[in-house]
Amino acid sequence: MKHSPGHARVPLWVLAIATVGALFVVLPLVAIVVRVNWGQFIPLITSESSVDALLLSLRTSAVATVLCVVFGVPMALVLARTAFPGQRILRALVLLPLVLPPVVGGIALLYTFGRQGLLKEPMNLFGIQIAFSTTAVILAQTFVALPFLVLSLEGALRTVGTRYEAVAATLGAGPTTVLRRVTLPLVLPALVSGAVLSFARALGEFGATLTFAGSLQGVTRTLPLEIYLQRESDPDAAVALALVLVAVAILVVGLANQAGVRGRFSAGSLS
Amino acid sequence: MRTTARSFTLLLVAAAVVTGAAACSAGGSSAPGPQASGATSASTPTASRATAPEGTITVFAAASLKATFTQLGTEFETANPGTTVTFSFAGSSDLVTQITGGAPADVFASADTKNMTKLTDARLVSGTPVNFATNVLEIATPPGNPAGVTSFADLANPGVKTVICAPVVPCGAATVTIETATGVTIPAVSEESAVTDVLGKVSSGEADAGLVYVTDVQGAGDAVQGVPFDESGTAVNTYPIAALSATKSAGLAQAFVDYVTGTEGQAVLSAAGFGAP
Amino acid sequence: MTLTFSAALPQRRFDVSFTLRHGETLAVLGPNGAGKSTLVNLIAGLLAPASGHAELEGEVLFGPGVSTPPHARNVALLAQDALLFPHLSVLENVAFGPRSSGASRRTARSTARTWLAEVGAAGFEHRRPGELSGGEAQRIAVARALAAEPRLLLLDEPMAALDVAVAPALRSMLRRVLAHRTAIIVTHDVLDAFSLADRVIVLDGGRIVDDGPTRSVLEQPRDPFTAGIAGLSVLHGIRTAEGLRTTDGDELRIAGGEDLEPGSACTLAIRPSSIRVSASRPAGAGNALRVGISDVEPRGDLVRLRAGALAADVTPATAADLDLGAGSTAWFAFRAEDAVLYSATR
Repeated sequence: MKHSPGHARVPLWVLAIATVGALFVVLPLVAIVVRVNWGQFIPLITSESSVDALLLSLRTSAVATVLCVVFGVPMALVLARTAFPGQRILRALVLLPLVLPPVVGGIALLYTFGRQGLLKEPMNLFGIQIAFSTTAVILAQTFVALPFLVLSLEGALRTVGTRYEAVAATLGAGPTTVLRRVTLPLVLPALVSGAVLSFARALGEFGATLTFAGSLQGVTRTLPLEIYLQRESDPDAAVALALVLVAVAILVVGLANQAGVRGRFSAGSLS
Repeated sequence: MRTTARSFTLLLVAAAVVTGAAACSAGGSSAPGPQASGATSASTPTASRATAPEGTITVFAAASLKATFTQLGTEFETANPGTTVTFSFAGSSDLVTQITGGAPADVFASADTKNMTKLTDARLVSGTPVNFATNVLEIATPPGNPAGVTSFADLANPGVKTVICAPVVPCGAATVTIETATGVTIPAVSEESAVTDVLGKVSSGEADAGLVYVTDVQGAGDAVQGVPFDESGTAVNTYPIAALSATKSAGLAQAFVDYVTGTEGQAVLSAAGFGAP
Repeated sequence: MTLTFSAALPQRRFDVSFTLRHGETLAVLGPNGAGKSTLVNLIAGLLAPASGHAELEGEVLFGPGVSTPPHARNVALLAQDALLFPHLSVLENVAFGPRSSGASRRTARSTARTWLAEVGAAGFEHRRPGELSGGEAQRIAVARALAAEPRLLLLDEPMAALDVAVAPALRSMLRRVLAHRTAIIVTHDVLDAFSLADRVIVLDGGRIVDDGPTRSVLEQPRDPFTAGIAGLSVLHGIRTAEGLRTTDGDELRIAGGEDLEPGSACTLAIRPSSIRVSASRPAGAGNALRVGISDVEPRGDLVRLRAGALAADVTPATAADLDLGAGSTAWFAFRAEDAVLYSATR
């Protein structure tokens, strides 16, 4: 670690504690890498069930991310740009899945979209069956991932403020034009990093999926569920798949950081 | 060095006994001088084997044994004042992983012989495991049996949403065995990794039927309805129990194993739906 | 009347009514918290009044039960910060208004080029706002506001955030584009009022305390605040190529005022705080005048030295060092960019 001149140096004891903290996070990852049966790695991760699980995970997470953007952007806008009674409570409720154990989320979804759930009448009317389908996986992932997008976008909207929007309005731009040509471009970095975080959260989703969607190869058994199952019989396969998930997660976090850096850069040029 | 380790162990045992005593007195019975006798049993283990067992043991037991073993533990403690039995319930393979990894367990009760064999092969079991119960599969349906399932063959109907265990877990392996024996193939809508997940899908009404153990149906009470079927006899699951070689309270561990396989234990297990070994 | 305005906002203790003729430029002066920004935001539609009525060229801006949204008011707002959209090029920024009112991309760009040339920013089309200096950005913000073809242009302290060195050039440009344009300029700087506005209103505590033609309000102030801010040094003379030849024959160099005809009668105004006072002729090529002190008056932390129509503010320590009193002589010096030149016939 180099200290560039002019930067405040960190006390040594802070550095020491930070190192312990970093090791705490990094060591388990190292442990996975060490534990991998490298001789069998490729066959293990290219087995039919593994590939099915990975492809299903990527596919459902992508759709869930799109849903997060479609619903999360308007939600963030309403939370950041309007004021109405009960808004604070609504905001807390919307962000609840962040702190809720995913299993609880799964149970809640079950009681909403399940065969005996709250929406069973309208769903029966249209012949919609969600349980044990890929749709259920996507719903579970969207449920847990949506707050990530709303939270990061709402923060960005508040930081950017309304001054540019006010100027745009006095230049004759209607609300939709302001949103399209000013607001969204200004928060684009936050939108991208929020979407990437949502994707990552959807990819790692386990509890709600297990509770709500079930587990069937190629239909509802995503990568985390496959890892959980393989652990019972074939720990080597579980570890190999875990490494794949870690690799995808690192890739995704890297992308989010990249977007974050760009966000800070353009935010810096605003001032 | 040796003395330090010894006195540390002593301290631990004393602490454990004190906690146990607290639990006992909360239950209303009085335990005379537990600290002194606890210390005695730790310092002279050979002596304690000869007399009534005392101290604390940890039992690792398959998740399906949770209700029965919790009851057995309480009864065992009442029958043997001064003893404390703590439990850790999880999937058998999880427990094996933990024990192999050095978890402090004194007794292991497995839901199948396969997982017990892993431990005997690793020479972690003291003596020979004893089979203490059997379990067979049963069809569980939501209350009222909305899909009208009456036989194993009914599960082959694609209109019946059936949830089963994945083949890699014991209840799933039993399911495959029955499918092979009967020639009936179940187009399952989900293959769960735990019995509780199958049960959850059935009791919530998401699934029309699920294949779980008889004891699970019984344990779930009114939440599900059981449909027994004759073909279940083709896949009988055997539960073995054994004291572990790493135990520091060999006498107490063996006493618990004896209790489970004895009259009192068998009565509790039978009441819960388990078959005789 | 182009604009009739009457609004009250009790929670801000704001209650103001006035009218504006077509082509008139109005300066709104007043101390901090006087309600200047409230006035601008009410007209722009960024704030709603509790009661009142306003019309711009026959169309209602707001009234009982009516409020036209900001984008439909034809009122453009230029703020202290340029607030150029950071994700758009300079050209796209200026083309924003025309595009929003439905012009094709091509038409909007050509309009934008015209206005960029008008504010002296031709050649900046493909720059990013992040690459511009404060003065350049504010020029382009002016072009952007004008390209929207507003019926009324609001300028809220447009030069407050600028370096003193670039303010004169921007002021000249504003004088050119604001000529015969209906505009309201909020400022705390009386120089802006002198050089840009036909008429001045002075706000204090949310009410109008002074209203009238710029010269008469500022030269015969009725309100103490107006008197305080209007304590300018004023010199009359003839426009020369470099600046001004005073009626006393002194040659002064002044930045800005390029639009004034050489030979025409002009007035120069300068703030007392911008004048440096010394006992002997200061070194360097700056403007310096030999004056006779007519009066010395304490003003808060400072001492105001008067020499005829000129006034200079110095610290008590400086006044003591120079040993100045009524009847003594001194040199008043100021920088070319601190003075503002405007037509005496306005």
